[in-house]
Amino acid sequence: MKVELRPRPFDPLLELGCYQAGLDERLPGQCGATAIFIGAMRDFNEGEAVRGMTLEHYPGMTERYLQQIVEAASRQWPLLDGLIIHRVGELQPNDPIVLVAVWSEHRAAAFAACRFIMEELKSKAPFWKREDTADGSRWVEHNTPA
Amino acid sequence: MIYVKYFASLRDRLGRAEDQLDTHSDLTVAGVWAVLWPDKPLPPNTLAAVNMEYAELTQSVRDGDEVAFFPPVTGG
Repeated sequence: MKVELRPRPFDPLLELGCYQAGLDERLPGQCGATAIFIGAMRDFNEGEAVRGMTLEHYPGMTERYLQQIVEAASRQWPLLDGLIIHRVGELQPNDPIVLVAVWSEHRAAAFAACRFIMEELKSKAPFWKREDTADGSRWVEHNTPA
Repeated sequence: MIYVKYFASLRDRLGRAEDQLDTHSDLTVAGVWAVLWPDKPLPPNTLAAVNMEYAELTQSVRDGDEVAFFPPVTGG
């Protein structure tokens, strides 16, 4: 299980490929199912064009909380591995924000755990978005429900 | 000493990111806020953490603890 915060842009598919290569060595032939979620920045929110965004976090607590989410998922489903990479700092539209990947023997656990990790992350992990619009910057008050 | 941190819109609204509270009385999380901001009720929906774990407002705080207050989270 790995959790990482990234202050610079990252390529989720490249990251996934590298991680998968390590898994192929560690757990050869075991992972029948991989579920992944990639979240990226949109250029529009609540009726306004968004030019950029800053993601603030609580250093120490954020990493710890993400780790706890992955551990909670592992207790609920038989996972072989899990990965979360999440951006912090300044982002441009289209930039990937988050990658969640989980590996298991069968698809049900992979789908369910990936969904669980994303929903927990969205609703509880200490991150805060500030958007830059033509009128200045504004804090995002709440996430979309789904 | 109790170390207090504020994040995001709450920090902007308060105009500072940190406080230190030198106290020997037994305080809860809500009590820490009340001592530091006697004229400002804790904004609704504010979340709190003690030593980087989510905490209820009624949780006790000890000397040396880090208490954080922040608005609803918007990551992912």
